[in-house]
Amino acid sequence: MKYVDEYRHAEPARQLAELIRRTVTRPWSIMEICGGQTHAIVRFALDEMLPPQIHLIHGPGCPVCVTPIEIIDKAVAIAARPEVTFCSFGDMLRVPGSHKDLLTVKSEGGDVRVVYSPMDAVTLARKHPERQVVFFAIGFETTAPPNAMAVAQAARLGLENFSVLVSHVLVPPAIEAVLSSPSNRVQGFLAAGHVCAVMGLDQYRPLAEKYRVPIVVTGFEPLDILQGVYLCVKQLEEGRAEVENQYARTVRAAGNPAAMRQIDAVFQAVDRKWRGIGPIARSGLGLRDAYARFDAETRFDVADLQADEPAECRAGEVLQGQIKPRDCPCFGLRCTPERPLGAPMVSAEGACAAYYRYRRQGLQE
Amino acid sequence: MCLGVPGQLVEVFQRDELPMGRVDFGGVRKEICLAYTPEAAVGDYVLVHVGFALSVIDAQEAQEIFSYLEAINQAGEELGLEPPEAVP
Repeated sequence: MKYVDEYRHAEPARQLAELIRRTVTRPWSIMEICGGQTHAIVRFALDEMLPPQIHLIHGPGCPVCVTPIEIIDKAVAIAARPEVTFCSFGDMLRVPGSHKDLLTVKSEGGDVRVVYSPMDAVTLARKHPERQVVFFAIGFETTAPPNAMAVAQAARLGLENFSVLVSHVLVPPAIEAVLSSPSNRVQGFLAAGHVCAVMGLDQYRPLAEKYRVPIVVTGFEPLDILQGVYLCVKQLEEGRAEVENQYARTVRAAGNPAAMRQIDAVFQAVDRKWRGIGPIARSGLGLRDAYARFDAETRFDVADLQADEPAECRAGEVLQGQIKPRDCPCFGLRCTPERPLGAPMVSAEGACAAYYRYRRQGLQE
Repeated sequence: MCLGVPGQLVEVFQRDELPMGRVDFGGVRKEICLAYTPEAAVGDYVLVHVGFALSVIDAQEAQEIFSYLEAINQAGEELGLEPPEAVP
């Protein structure tokens, strides 16, 4: 596939690894924010191509992973209602809530459906006026424009049987939470390319300046990630702390203004709780008052539901880069993709799932 | 969820007042909303997330990394540097 295959060739990857090796003079810790990048790093063993001084820390950029357990409980409560058709991206179905996951609700007769796009849920609501169609609107800034459009379209069409359970989160507040933590070890960031395709680079400049860290906007293919690491290491070695764009084929400095306008029309910044990390001020998106009638939490009266995180799962430490998945005593034993204790083992962007899928042999090391 | 997929726009049309398109992903074709990439034309490659094109891929920028590596290679040869070691 064009724009995928050519970025997976071994020879240019070796050249980039060699460039990094020639540039690095001392140890550096670099965090890749996005779980999609974590998966590429583990899958293509990019970390093993790097010189030993470069330590990659996996970041919290997995929307499924950071969704707090009480939101899953709210989804389960809503999906179990007989009048509800509950629509979600596939990743969310296996994430364990306090008592069950959405897949269990489905097996018990709940009308739970996997959709490819939020617009599919709008179409369902239009086709089935007798059903209450609820869409599970989660994700970072990449899914915010599609989800905002779904709500706006439902409003335009006057759909009264459509609502959204919103758990949107934002990347820059998460970077700031990592950087301001007293135990922070991260010296440079690979920012999530697709998030920046929407939001542009501006939000990252104050962070690079305030915390004196290079932030390199990076793509998702092996050559992208290696080049992102190279640019980041080069900045660190030269004592620079700038926002740089490795992924210019997709990311414009100004982002996507039409998408940003639509997000701003439907959503506003709200405080959000992150699984394993806790509450972060203004770190998410919630519906604006003009669209509050589409809020599934109030429509189905689940807004006050509270829940505690499972004690055994060490997702919080994994998500903050404090431990690697294999350092968790449950990894691969009591926690597997079939029977996950926590979300990072479920999601296609979760660090635990990446290590389980590609690095299980490491258990015998 | 943030895993965008590049595909080629093969057709554009309107539905329910929204600009839509058909995008080819290596042989699999899907209907995609083009509301956020109104500039996309048939033949362009777009980056698609959950049914929406979020960016038009810049063909020239896409070549940059390869031109850069080639330039480094040439410079290396002129300086008599060893080619990069093979990494297992």
